[in-house]
Amino acid sequence: MAATEVQAGATTRTSRMRGTSPLARYGSVLATLVTLVLVFVIGSTRYTGFLDSQTILNLFIDNAFLIVLAVGMTFVILTGGIDLSMGAVMALSTMVTARLLIAGWAPGPVIAAVLLLGCVFGVGVGLFIRVFEVQPFIATLAAMFLARGLCFVVSPNSLSITDPFFVSLSQSRIRLWPTGTAFDGRTLYAFISPSVIVALVIVAIAAWVLHATRFGRTVYAIGGNQGSAELMGLPVARTQVLVYVVSGVCSAIGGLIFAMYSLSGYALTGVGVELDAISAVVIGGTLLTGGSGFVIGSLLGVLVLGTIQTIISFEGTLSSWWTKIVIGALLLVFVVLQRLLIIRRRT
Amino acid sequence: MRSLTRSKVFWPLVALVALLAVNVVARPGFLGVRMQDGHLYGSLIDILRNTSPILLVAIGMTLVIATRGIDLSVGALVAIAGAVACTQIAASPTPGSASTVLIAIGTALLVCLVLGAWNGFLVSVVGIQPIIATLILMTAGRGIAMLVTGGQITTVNSPLYKSIGAGFLLTLPVSAIIAGVVLAATALLTRRTALGTLVESVGINPEASRLAGVRARSIIWTVYVFSALCAAIAGILISSNVTAADANNNGLWIELDAILAVVIGGTSLMGGKFSLTGTLIGAFIIETLRITVISLGIAPEVNLVFKAVVVILVCLLQSPVVQRKFRARRRAVAQEHGEAVEVVA
Repeated sequence: MAATEVQAGATTRTSRMRGTSPLARYGSVLATLVTLVLVFVIGSTRYTGFLDSQTILNLFIDNAFLIVLAVGMTFVILTGGIDLSMGAVMALSTMVTARLLIAGWAPGPVIAAVLLLGCVFGVGVGLFIRVFEVQPFIATLAAMFLARGLCFVVSPNSLSITDPFFVSLSQSRIRLWPTGTAFDGRTLYAFISPSVIVALVIVAIAAWVLHATRFGRTVYAIGGNQGSAELMGLPVARTQVLVYVVSGVCSAIGGLIFAMYSLSGYALTGVGVELDAISAVVIGGTLLTGGSGFVIGSLLGVLVLGTIQTIISFEGTLSSWWTKIVIGALLLVFVVLQRLLIIRRRT
Repeated sequence: MRSLTRSKVFWPLVALVALLAVNVVARPGFLGVRMQDGHLYGSLIDILRNTSPILLVAIGMTLVIATRGIDLSVGALVAIAGAVACTQIAASPTPGSASTVLIAIGTALLVCLVLGAWNGFLVSVVGIQPIIATLILMTAGRGIAMLVTGGQITTVNSPLYKSIGAGFLLTLPVSAIIAGVVLAATALLTRRTALGTLVESVGINPEASRLAGVRARSIIWTVYVFSALCAAIAGILISSNVTAADANNNGLWIELDAILAVVIGGTSLMGGKFSLTGTLIGAFIIETLRITVISLGIAPEVNLVFKAVVVILVCLLQSPVVQRKFRARRRAVAQEHGEAVEVVA
């Protein structure tokens, strides 16, 4: 069975390698960018105030945690895997953060503990997949059940966070540029939250790791063709475990951001958010078979999802379920587009 | 004995028996089944009835997975089937009449058939990976179900419709009979004809099977339609049991439970092989686990932790590494006893 897989992988690979012109390489990301602009144009022609700089910045503020999750998911999907446990691990992180803060821990150790938790989950899932050859889908599904169940063990109720450090972070606004004057004469500023900076720094680090380090090249190589990567002597086993550590840590960071954003820990936080992350990654042009894609595309994917949500909330009369239908339709368009690109390159 | 322990369904069966044993210890009357109001009554009968929807979805999923596919959209299809059937019955002036119920069920099945054909089209003709092709309907499907119900929870007042999910026939739950019939029909169709082998061959290598004259495309298309049909029946059972179509919650995460049931039952996600018996046991394990956690007096939400533990254990026991260890030990023992060593494929 392994042999057939390698063969199937090899045929699609050669076809993809042929398209090395910049347009072909970045075509999928460009398509996402065009979509984002298009969605914005639709929004701005329909509603005044849609193109307000703060509306755009709010996209980043509201989706900071999703950006971080999408970055982690990109690593996993690039190797041809999938991580269904991200939403649950994120929820567990919010719970542990809240519980430890209530128990009187200082913020520093709490953050370290939560990051360690994400790490442990990642290592566990990675070893499960690598050593015991359990499919990523099932292994991360088990991790999802485990993490979600542990949330309820920590507490079935919502825990509020009153720690001064977290509260001050959640309320702090980083002023960017003046946008006008309020009625009482104060100057208004466009602002972002600290979580946006964290998210963008993580995107930058991820892009650097993927494109400038040996680990990053191995990630692409595994997704391209695992058999070849192993024959080339690349550290496939280590890298495969490490990508789940990356996604685990990203889930933990997402959880910290979400805990700061909502100032609470709740067991049902982020149910189904892993699907949003997968959608964002796919809309961002990363192939689910692995080997091709960029974190920047995932960032754009998150922004597309966020903008659609903003439009539907601006509309007011549109019911919330249209969000799901539109995102589904958008996924379809992108997947078919990717498919056509691959077919065209092959011929 | 040795062939028994080597059987794919051995470990799942052990897990199921162990779970039942835990229940017997916790509640000595657990296995008791008695007649009440003209039908059988007891925990085992409850398990039988509550397993039916998961089992139905899992039967369809088994064939999809056998072709190396996956169908994430079944949960949404469950919601859509319930929504279509319930809105029709609720809108009808005669909700109790047989024709209304039959037409409602017919339309629900038809709608899901079309959606299944859509999934099949995306996978077999357009060539999109199954996980993402069905993710589209998984995301959009609940939105469609809400569109059908208008965002409301549509309740129906139809004794006939209720009897499908909650009624009894010949002292057995109707839903269990329906699931049993579907299972038996699927087993006959796949194991007594060449269909099962063809499905497996497509799972092993679609291109090679096509060259060998197997109509791989039609087979892949068919399994997605079949999976949608199974999900539709499950959706009718669920909405009938609660006499309501709740677009948000009917069949929520049932796709994951069904996939788990299939995998616990020994069918690999890599395709090429399937076991309907295994799926049956897997579905029972998932439902029994839920009942066990409740009967042990643990908060139902913590059920997830136990589910995770069972999945991890069963997957570990079935994993190639552990299986090799088992085999090596078995061989060593056999050699000690001076027996002929079998060649293990």
